[in-house]
Amino acid sequence: MSITPTSGRIIPRLRKDTILSLLEKDTRLDGRRLDEYREVIVAPGVIPKAEGSALAKIGSTTAIAGVKVGVGTPFPDTPDEGVLTVNVEFVPLASPTLEPGPPDENAIEIARVIDRCLREIRAVDIGKLVIIPGEKVYIIWLDVYILDHDGNVLDASMLAGMAALLNTKLPKVEIDEKKNVKIVREETTPLPVNHKVVTVSIAKIGSKLIVDPNLDEDDIIDAKITIGISDDGRIVGLQKAGSGVLTYDDLKLAMKYAKENAAKLLKILEEKSNTKVDLDDVLKSYIEGKILKHQVV
Amino acid sequence: MKEKPKLIDENGRRIDGRRPDELRPLRMEVGVLKNADGSAYVEYGNTKVIVAVYGPREIHPKHLTLPDRAIIRCRYHMTSFSTTERKSPAPTRREIELSKVIREALEGVIFTELYPRTSIDIFIEVLQADGGTRTAGITAASLALADAGIPMKDLVAGVAVGKIDGVLVLDINEVEDEFGEADLPVAMMPSFKEITLLQMNGVLSEDEFWEALKLAEKGVMEIYKAQKEALLNKYSRVKVEVEE
Amino acid sequence: MPIYVQNRELVTPGTLLAENEDLRLETPTVFKHGNKVYSSTIGLVDLSDKRINVIPLEGKYIPKVGDLVIGLIEDYGLTYWIVDIKAPYKAILNVGEVLNRPFNPLKENIKNIYDIGDYVLAKVIAFDRTKDPALTTKQKGLGKITKGRIVEIIPSRVPRVIGKKASMITMLKTETKCQITVGLNGRIWIIGPSPEYEEIAILAIKKIENEAHTSGLTDRIRAFIRKELEKRELKVVEGEGKA
Repeated sequence: MSITPTSGRIIPRLRKDTILSLLEKDTRLDGRRLDEYREVIVAPGVIPKAEGSALAKIGSTTAIAGVKVGVGTPFPDTPDEGVLTVNVEFVPLASPTLEPGPPDENAIEIARVIDRCLREIRAVDIGKLVIIPGEKVYIIWLDVYILDHDGNVLDASMLAGMAALLNTKLPKVEIDEKKNVKIVREETTPLPVNHKVVTVSIAKIGSKLIVDPNLDEDDIIDAKITIGISDDGRIVGLQKAGSGVLTYDDLKLAMKYAKENAAKLLKILEEKSNTKVDLDDVLKSYIEGKILKHQVV
Repeated sequence: MKEKPKLIDENGRRIDGRRPDELRPLRMEVGVLKNADGSAYVEYGNTKVIVAVYGPREIHPKHLTLPDRAIIRCRYHMTSFSTTERKSPAPTRREIELSKVIREALEGVIFTELYPRTSIDIFIEVLQADGGTRTAGITAASLALADAGIPMKDLVAGVAVGKIDGVLVLDINEVEDEFGEADLPVAMMPSFKEITLLQMNGVLSEDEFWEALKLAEKGVMEIYKAQKEALLNKYSRVKVEVEE
Repeated sequence: MPIYVQNRELVTPGTLLAENEDLRLETPTVFKHGNKVYSSTIGLVDLSDKRINVIPLEGKYIPKVGDLVIGLIEDYGLTYWIVDIKAPYKAILNVGEVLNRPFNPLKENIKNIYDIGDYVLAKVIAFDRTKDPALTTKQKGLGKITKGRIVEIIPSRVPRVIGKKASMITMLKTETKCQITVGLNGRIWIIGPSPEYEEIAILAIKKIENEAHTSGLTDRIRAFIRKELEKRELKVVEGEGKA
């Protein structure tokens, strides 16, 4: 059952007024343009023990994704395909209003949006993940944890997840005569990835659209649209959130913002995919206030 | 069944090249999260943990709190990708037990009487597990509590001592834990040499136990030094920038 | 009494400060174990006043009776409001501490006076271990904040924003041309001649918060403000800006 959220942050009236009056002048509380992202960081390989991993930061919002690879049975209706499952968790570290517990509707929504954006376009080539057709396939678990919530966790989760998949090494398997499958972790091949996918989230406040809402802006939005875009320019997912409405003009502008920003995000993913960053260094960069400049303006 | 590797070679060196009384490389950062009242990130070699502290704060329902002091709520949790085999996100019995012993390792150190009717919440997330996760968690939690400005008698530092191939070793990693004869996690208040966490899994003679404890104390004092440095670093960084 | 630390030294919990049998006063930041005195928090040693104290660098606001605070209305009942003052406890504001006339909850709705999301300038009138802090807005100058900006800083850094004998706050007001009201709970209210001046004041205050433990701060902040004014081509205040 979904219930109107009641326990959350109190939005100070003064801040709401300030945000609205700044929007009238096409600017925002942190000085950004309406169509601008905060500083974006993508750090692949931060959890070397996992088969794939990445940390993504959008401003202070921090998501860490890990990929674990196992062997299992395929779904009955897709015997010639591997299995990709996506899970997102808001851990209580991320925000004062979170309590420990199973994923709530927000976490589940994000996980399912990410899953859909990857599935139909076959971003991960699950056809190439078959070991014994109809019996044994690779299982890919993509788990994303939100460590710090400062708005727009969806885009951060998608970035972390996509970077983690790009970073993933598939362990070799050996099959014996009895069809037992043994995982050989020491020998790996890269996970077959056909497409890079990113999501761009755009919020509507009054009549204005803003890209990448931070937490303060998120408190007062009427509606939000997330658009999933692939590296070959196709739309791979759509999700409207919030109880406000979107007009056709809103969607036209949102699509324009999404295409522009998707190009920038994809470029960051591309540039980062062969680097390896220490988790300690990424986290340290927050304290030093000198966020490593990965964003292309 | 995995084959047991040789844990100590003829030169007394361990699988990763360490001597028996050597810690793994330590890394500590304080104040790494925006929302938390206090936070810290700690590495013991390949073990990586991040901790957030919230509080003191009022919680609901109010009847959970105490009239004369703060309560502590502590959650030790491992991410699904932190272990060799994927771990289900739901809390396991091990995580529940560790949450308890870690809470008890920190609760007596905090001046809880200063904040009646509130809760101090400690959230530990293990990002990568390679042995010693609860001790790294306690070490990081102490830093996060200090970062939140919560008054304590001392920082708490933790380390696990093991017995591998008959030799007592400091700060065991996962392989040493899995194939060793004993695993003894210890946490202490270094300034007072008072023990707040003590557990053992395995078999030790009484003499070995006392020796292991001494070895743990050596490790704890080194970790304490690193903790203090990490806390002071947070401010000295700004000092350096300012003077440039 | 042997003292093991220097004035303004940065210490951590469990640091031995001194051995003193006479120390009777224990603050939340300093405690005795036997006849030794230790720090309980991360902070700066203060050896003035012939006693040992540690000024904390972190931590929530602990209410004191008489403090001027800026609260955020979070909830209300028939005749009172629940106010967030960035303390471990929420504060209570009774309608009797707001109005100078009787209030009839059957005829009037309390949200017409203060509503959820309103900032109020208030004073702490009561606080002890057994009760949540109580506020008043009855005094002159107190009440709802309707314009300007609110910036939040760590409460322990507030004294630095005020400065010795109000030196820092006076300089801020003069250089940024803003009215600045400092809530001791770490919220600061700024009204400036334009949003640009307000923004500079906010940046300056955030800079003070970040560098609170360093010296030469007042001059550095003044220089910073002047640079920011120039960047935005705004008028700089002539002279040293001394009040």
